[in-house]
Amino acid sequence: MKITINNQEYQAKSGQTVLEVARENEIKIPTLCYSEHLSITGACRLCIVEIENGQLVPACATPVSEGMKIETDSEEVYEARKTVIDLLLSDHPLTCMTCEANGDCKLQDLAYEYGLEESSYGIKEAPRFEIQQENPFIVFDPDKCIICGKCVRADQELQCSMAIDFSERGFKTKVAAAFDEGLGGDESSCVFCGLCVENCPTGALKYKPAIRKGRDYDLRKERTTCPYCGVGCQLELQIKDNEVVKVASIYDKDSPNPAGEACVKGRFAYDYINHPDRLRKPLIKKDGEFVEVSWEEALNYTAERLQEIKEKDGPQALAGLSSAKCTNEENYLMQKFMRAVIGTNSVDHCARLCHASTVAGLARAFGSGAMTNSIAETADSDLFFIIGSNPTENHPVIGSMMKRALAKGTKLIVADPREIELSSWADVNIHQQPGSDVALVNAMINVIINEGLHDKEFIKERTINFDLIASTIEDYTPETAEKISGVPAEEIRKAARLYAKADRAAIYFAMGITQHKTGTDNVLALANLAMVTGNVGKKGAGVNPLRGQNNVQGACDLGALPNVYPGYQKVEDPAMQEKFAEAWGIEPDTENGLTVVEIFNEAGKDIKGIYIMGENPVLSDPDQNHIKQALEDLEFLVVQDIFMTETAEYADVVLPAASFAEKSGTFTNTERRIQLVNPAVESPGEAKPDWQIISMLASKMGYAMDYAHPAEIMAEIASLTPIYGGVYHGRLREKTLQWPCPDRRHAGTKFLHEGEFARGKGKFHPVTYLPPAEKVDADYDYIMMTGRMLYHFHTGTMTRRSAAINAQEADAYVEINCKDAKRLGIKENDRVKVTSRRGEVETYARVGDRVQPGQMFMPFHYAESPANRLTNPVLDEKAKIPELKVTAVKLEKIS
Amino acid sequence: MKDIIYRSHILICTGTGCTSSGAKKMRIALEDELAERNLNKEVKIIETGCHGFCEKGPIVVVYPEGVFYCEVKSEDIPELVEEHLLKGRIVERLLFKEPVTEENIPSYHDIQFYKKQERIVLSNCGKIDPENIDEYIALGGYEAVGKALSSMSQKDVIAEVKNSGLRGRGGGGFPTGLKWQFAHEAVSNKKYVICNADEGDPGAFMDRSLLEGDPHRVIEGMIIAGYAIGADEGYLYVRAEYPLAIKRLEKAISQAEDYGLLGDDLFSSGYNFKLHIKKGAGAFVCGEETALMASIEGKRGMPRPRPPYPANSGLWGKPTNINNVETYGNIPYIIKNGAEEYSKIGTENSKGTKVFALTGKINNTGLVEVPMGTTLREVIYDIGGGLGEGMKYKAVQTGGPSGGCITSEHLDLPIDYDSLLGVGAMMGSGGMVVMDDGTCMVDVARFFLNFTQSESCGKCTPCREGTKRMLEILERICEGEGEDGDIALLEDLAHHIKDTALCGLGQTAPNPVLSTLKYFRHEYEAHIFDHKCPAGVCKDLASAYLIDKETCVGCSICAKACPVDAITGTPKESYQIDDDICISCGVCASKCPVSAISQG
Repeated sequence: MKITINNQEYQAKSGQTVLEVARENEIKIPTLCYSEHLSITGACRLCIVEIENGQLVPACATPVSEGMKIETDSEEVYEARKTVIDLLLSDHPLTCMTCEANGDCKLQDLAYEYGLEESSYGIKEAPRFEIQQENPFIVFDPDKCIICGKCVRADQELQCSMAIDFSERGFKTKVAAAFDEGLGGDESSCVFCGLCVENCPTGALKYKPAIRKGRDYDLRKERTTCPYCGVGCQLELQIKDNEVVKVASIYDKDSPNPAGEACVKGRFAYDYINHPDRLRKPLIKKDGEFVEVSWEEALNYTAERLQEIKEKDGPQALAGLSSAKCTNEENYLMQKFMRAVIGTNSVDHCARLCHASTVAGLARAFGSGAMTNSIAETADSDLFFIIGSNPTENHPVIGSMMKRALAKGTKLIVADPREIELSSWADVNIHQQPGSDVALVNAMINVIINEGLHDKEFIKERTINFDLIASTIEDYTPETAEKISGVPAEEIRKAARLYAKADRAAIYFAMGITQHKTGTDNVLALANLAMVTGNVGKKGAGVNPLRGQNNVQGACDLGALPNVYPGYQKVEDPAMQEKFAEAWGIEPDTENGLTVVEIFNEAGKDIKGIYIMGENPVLSDPDQNHIKQALEDLEFLVVQDIFMTETAEYADVVLPAASFAEKSGTFTNTERRIQLVNPAVESPGEAKPDWQIISMLASKMGYAMDYAHPAEIMAEIASLTPIYGGVYHGRLREKTLQWPCPDRRHAGTKFLHEGEFARGKGKFHPVTYLPPAEKVDADYDYIMMTGRMLYHFHTGTMTRRSAAINAQEADAYVEINCKDAKRLGIKENDRVKVTSRRGEVETYARVGDRVQPGQMFMPFHYAESPANRLTNPVLDEKAKIPELKVTAVKLEKIS
Repeated sequence: MKDIIYRSHILICTGTGCTSSGAKKMRIALEDELAERNLNKEVKIIETGCHGFCEKGPIVVVYPEGVFYCEVKSEDIPELVEEHLLKGRIVERLLFKEPVTEENIPSYHDIQFYKKQERIVLSNCGKIDPENIDEYIALGGYEAVGKALSSMSQKDVIAEVKNSGLRGRGGGGFPTGLKWQFAHEAVSNKKYVICNADEGDPGAFMDRSLLEGDPHRVIEGMIIAGYAIGADEGYLYVRAEYPLAIKRLEKAISQAEDYGLLGDDLFSSGYNFKLHIKKGAGAFVCGEETALMASIEGKRGMPRPRPPYPANSGLWGKPTNINNVETYGNIPYIIKNGAEEYSKIGTENSKGTKVFALTGKINNTGLVEVPMGTTLREVIYDIGGGLGEGMKYKAVQTGGPSGGCITSEHLDLPIDYDSLLGVGAMMGSGGMVVMDDGTCMVDVARFFLNFTQSESCGKCTPCREGTKRMLEILERICEGEGEDGDIALLEDLAHHIKDTALCGLGQTAPNPVLSTLKYFRHEYEAHIFDHKCPAGVCKDLASAYLIDKETCVGCSICAKACPVDAITGTPKESYQIDDDICISCGVCASKCPVSAISQG
């Protein structure tokens, strides 16, 4: 349709608002309460324009109509807008001198533009409210608030925490958290994602750690990818001098967080970058003490010792641990170093401890081990089946997107031994016994087939081996599964029917599925479930493992695994051996190498030396005492990290590495999206990017690695890795890409297995229930699970060095059911001792009903109370992942 | 149940007004008295809804004679029973006395207050037991919905309502049939009807009286609306401050369900309709339709921009028809008697009757239902009995806090939607506050602005900040701190708020100011420039009282009467007033036996 704005004709589409058409055509209309990411509220009345008959209407809330005539700058409009600004100024402190928002305040800009030095209706002389700053993250000054409501909408519509709303009314209206006790109040549901601050047009909401650290015009800004979980949020680091002082939002529709979302870690846990504990110089342990040395000395020494072992005991006596925290380019170099310079396939990384079973299971069933669908497709799903995953804490941005979909009617099944936050949103809320997943999922398939709810067409056209599972699952009636899992048969039926009847049903899972002795079987069972109902290869459906580390997907993709070269090209495949032998100019190791747990099992025996880059197995791996012993038994250990970790303490050489904020490269997120990492600050002291360290060490050992920039490494990756074939830094600067992206013209892949599975036909694998390795007995009468919590990350190396995060969540704890607590006389915050067959840990008790009676949950972030001193290193045979989720323990109160 | 034939029915009004003036206590006394005299098998007590004549409550009507007693207290009961029920003699002293003629009027219909009214919506109020569906049915209730469901198509119903000329009684005056048509035309598998019973205007209580006195009429209207638009579910949004209305509605809904008048397959037509009550929590702004729907959805009651209109995207995003209580109250009459009959009542563009809540400085306070087009003079003088003794008419404020003032020059204005707008006032929900010359119009504006300001939801800037600033200016004018330029500032702000506020509350909030400025600008000027409040209301501006020493006889009556002890002196000599303490209330002047006290 055609409309006229300021006497000029423009094309408009039905359903557009006047504001949208004006912005498309670069006609300026001021706004305060509008955001393209939020619902229209029409509150500030600043965007008013004049339409025929002199009526003033808000441009943001007025749909265009054929032939509409609009004036955006008439005298009437100008005066009305001026009155609105004038009114806002009448209740706004004129303290721009000291305001954090000075120079970045929409109200200030408007007052300037309209020449309003102060309000015609008087000056606000005394504050009406207290400044709220009792939490470590966000300061709220209600006197500077203009009640535009963007923070409220960001909270309720995007983050979905329902933490803030308006309280009071009229002139007394203010934004408040529950019971007006502030964001950090006892009843507050705020998770400190910072979206409210990002959306605030004035200085009302500000980041507390950034106060007095510089105002907008003082700060340098650099876009990069978040270093925490696998969501891969795009963030803007804001820097003053050489210090990251703030993390703001990036708005990019091709990113996993298009509306600028983040979580508390990405937003606030950045102070480790400039932390005084950062390693600044290489260290060599001399007479039991670390001594600072030059790079030259450290590299020479390391090269010599590695060479010595290689020559003495052969390349297989050495192993490397790569890092899911490092870039793709660095992971590529690390595995290349181990394979080409050392000559062993024994390179692995922490994916072994999280999603090894996913890769093993999904590769067998579908032909690719990655998340099948994209994060944005949460909006397209009719149903989520979340099993063994706690998205709102561990992948908070995805958790919020799920809540957004749920609010619009997407159905939800949650199966988790614990009552997680999303449990309360669920249509079917299941608490299965830890380790009973195969029985539960098989029973769902049993119901689906018996009730004829399976997708016969899909099964026939797209899969093989259906008959095998059809016969296997006959034994798994809901009643049988009830006996194993403790889930009422009727609930299993309800879940099965709900899942099968949804048009687009998406499975999401994480460590609750994978960290079991039967981890691969668990994943295969889920793959079976998805294929039985035809929920693979379509938008909004799929089998979606949520990856835990920022670049665990990339580390796997680039071959930091003992059985595959980059791009999952098998090391035992002669064709691949030949390809890489030629590319790298080497004699390849032709057998699969050792996995993480196997490496430590062999330490001091077949394995004499380990090169660890950015991993902390003392805290992350099961059975800590065993790991410590293994490290002590080594002849030589080199650790390359940004801090002196619990693992680095055991090293012979410690090499200071650059953090993500100090280097270039790429991370690949959980949805296979490859995104750039950009340097924002200089490394402390002599710390260097891992890719440079590896290159230097390789060169010292006589293998030339001459890369001037990680972009050159990516070019090499692209030439050898078909799924990354079209990935170049230059392209990524324009737009992120999701693999498979085989060539430069390929736009990337949003969801996998469309039309055909990566392996051709999807393959059903019959799986049967096996109980967990450890059982409770008279001595060890509780089942303990481990996992993560919202505020901390992995082994705490980064988050526990964040002042703000630590102020919020300082101490280790174990979650205990209130019934058990009552029986044992344990109260909230009591000191308790948790003992397993492998060790004991003291920690604080958290009493409640998040865990079921007889079960416990302990996060593993805490060095002083390491959950992994207790866990069982028993492995899944197929994927070599340890059973971290089921440990028999006993619990005592410490008096 | 064996029906007992009673020789007499005593109707006691138990509307909120009469209840608060002691109807319940009086009822108990009556019961006891009847029991004691063994009359309880002969005389039946029936609780009814409001008669509208709340000024004279508690009201009792004794049938078959139809004698109308007012201000009946428990103490009057023995005499009433003895005289009227046993001896057949009317108790003269309890009859209504016409204020002008001072004549005792025994019969309901002969009272001036009722004579000029035409009660359609309120026809059953005070006549039937609102808690007994049979009484409503006995008077023709649910015939209209029966007719609609069994012999009319949805379009027929809409056409009938359109042809009747009925316009929204909540104040907007939008043609009801057209609204229904929009909701009917919206395509959706789910639609809702809502009854807006969030009556919030100060002084307005017609919706409450209708819900308390004849709840089934509203329910019937809603069922018909639901059928017309294709909705199977409805909400009555009633403010929680109306517990009696809620109780009676709950009872009415449950009775209608028992009778199959709500639920599935009504009148074997295949049409299903269920009804819920949602209690409002006392926010005036929830009377605004989008805020009301947000409130039903469990959200904070704040208006949102329209479009989309509720007819297309209303409750939970579904097409919704929302009308006011009184609007629904008109529907059964229209369907039963036909649009033609209905449209005979009223004016060209405003058909039917309108219920007004008549309050202020008037003799007969209460609810009156008159045909559209009745003049203000008829309402105030004929029905309302004029102003109190010695009072002079100054203005009537119509339309509640969003309305305006009408001065004596417009007393002969036939009242309808358009005529009121024409003189800068509005129909609103039908509040009518009569003011005499002792009323300060700046103070009136301040009063209403104070109301709208504190009831603003706080969402949009012009209303949240603008009404606050207008109020501040009005307050300083009333306090004698008004400045040159304040009137211009007020007018400017008022126009911008009208033009730019988000919802009806904000857009009309400046009306009392604009209206008083239009007719009583001189009062504002007197406050600002002469530092005088012509009506003597604004305390800070009232001239101090002085005692004329010559005239004063030292009786000390003034000193005793002074509420703030501002008067001191020696008995039998003379007294003086301390200006610093005096609040200019004027009590001393009115008590002085020798007229020695006057304003300086």
